[in-house]
Amino acid sequence: MVLNDKRIRIIVGHFGSGKSEFSINYAVKLSQVKKKVVLADLDIVNLYFRSREKEEELKKLGIKVIGSSIKGLAADLPAISSEIYGPIQDESCDLVIDVGGDPNGARVLGMYSNYFTKDNYDMFFVLNGNRPETQTVKKSIEYLRKIENTARIQVTGIVNNTHMLKSTTYKDVLKGQALAEKLSQELNIPIRYISVIEKVVKDLPDNLEGEIFPIKLYLREEWMV
Amino acid sequence: MAKVLMKGNEAIGAAAIEAGCRYFFGYPITPQSELPEYMARELPKVGGVFLQAESEIAAINMVYGAAGAGARVMTSSSSPGISLKQEGISYIAGAELPCLIVNIMRGGPGLGSIQPSQTDYFQATRGGGNGDYRVVVLAPANVQELVDLVMEGFDIADQYRNPVMVLGDGMIGQMMEPVELRKPKPRELPPKDWATDGTKGKRKPNIINSLYLAAEELEAHNKRLQEKYRKIMENEVKVESYKIEDADVVIAAYGTTSRIAKTAISQLEKEGYKVGLIRPITLWPYPYDEFDKINDKCKGILTVEMNSGQMVDDVKIAVKGRFPVYFHGRTGGMVPTPNEIIDKVKKIYGGEM
Repeated sequence: MVLNDKRIRIIVGHFGSGKSEFSINYAVKLSQVKKKVVLADLDIVNLYFRSREKEEELKKLGIKVIGSSIKGLAADLPAISSEIYGPIQDESCDLVIDVGGDPNGARVLGMYSNYFTKDNYDMFFVLNGNRPETQTVKKSIEYLRKIENTARIQVTGIVNNTHMLKSTTYKDVLKGQALAEKLSQELNIPIRYISVIEKVVKDLPDNLEGEIFPIKLYLREEWMV
Repeated sequence: MAKVLMKGNEAIGAAAIEAGCRYFFGYPITPQSELPEYMARELPKVGGVFLQAESEIAAINMVYGAAGAGARVMTSSSSPGISLKQEGISYIAGAELPCLIVNIMRGGPGLGSIQPSQTDYFQATRGGGNGDYRVVVLAPANVQELVDLVMEGFDIADQYRNPVMVLGDGMIGQMMEPVELRKPKPRELPPKDWATDGTKGKRKPNIINSLYLAAEELEAHNKRLQEKYRKIMENEVKVESYKIEDADVVIAAYGTTSRIAKTAISQLEKEGYKVGLIRPITLWPYPYDEFDKINDKCKGILTVEMNSGQMVDDVKIAVKGRFPVYFHGRTGGMVPTPNEIIDKVKKIYGGEM
């Protein structure tokens, strides 16, 4: 349940793990039960396929999107907006922070670390077992720890987001689940969500650790696989 | 190897290393910087060299040097950076050296934008540098094909002692897709007995050069080059086509736009339209002959590109005036939508174009 998570949800992970799709879907789900939802796109790594591209669509659902301080430009400048200080401190706000990939992307979190307390934030580590760099427990731990060190806060939950885009099958999800379980045991961090495209949900067993979180692909055009 | 998910730019790096490339010289530029970043991380692990040069011009000349010494070597950039490399590419073509050059195109002219484009078709296929030279130009439409063409590209370069360019738009570089690294069909590659890798006291020194001061010698060199290009045109054309024998309208598109065209075609088929597709995979040599297979009743050819109309010239050459040739393009980083293409095809059907 998104309502059981802390007020500030920070989404991190290895580059290309699906953080933005998860963040958008999470914000949409949250907007169905909460009034003041803000999605802050702090991605300073990617230039294409960023959650801020969906600002118009999300606005219609009542979600406020914070992107770069440089408006309307597809610029490769690592500029972020100071607007984010509002929802970080406003306790009536539910905030989802979509962070850029890898420790490089997590660096921006460092400057807000004073605002995060163990009572007000969750940090979810999005794991895609089909990405070459996060196929083993050892490598996944490496990424997770490096991201924590750079962000100066701790991961509180794992999101198994193992997929093959639109051709994902339950096998991909279960392969990722096995990896997520080992990671979870090794680090004593719970699996919070299993993020999976809607059509695969019915093929999944119902005894998996973590909540099954059906997602739509907002950032893939119809001609993309 | 099982399929993994990779971003186009990373996949180029993985494919190049798998193909035995151990030297990368480049200079970062959006939207291809993930590639040098990948090479910086991965090449040292396999005993290779990644070097970020002081400029694009330096990088292409490092490629010239390494290729001359017989190494499998590559560089990459995006449009304005590729412009800077043109002098070096002409030298490499003149000196007949194999190498791989990747251009992940962005909007132009000038600095343009960082969004996807296909505006370097002329530059790639007509030669942006001086002299009568040709570069083999490979245009992948998805990340798997990108990987396959990078690997085969090194072999084509070695077989003909010629630079090969992989031409992708920003979307191909930035897009994440499933890939599998698989070896291309083996080719018989000639020994690099021309390389400047040390005489060991056993032979005369090899010389790598593109300077021929005697007119007769330079003409003979050019004749040799043209003979080689003729062989490449004979042997290396790659094209995918779909239902062109029976189509009322044929779309010509390559790279990302060809995928959008396919989506449009499947929608049009549902509505009863007969639309074919010619997708050049090699932009040079161009698959001119494929257009001869289009049936005489065809109402017209629609070329779709992310530019103001460049490949459309080759389409006109290819159809030899048999059909009217129409064009639909978006520029500046705007990507055409399937609906735009559907509208144009319907207009051609209705005689409104």
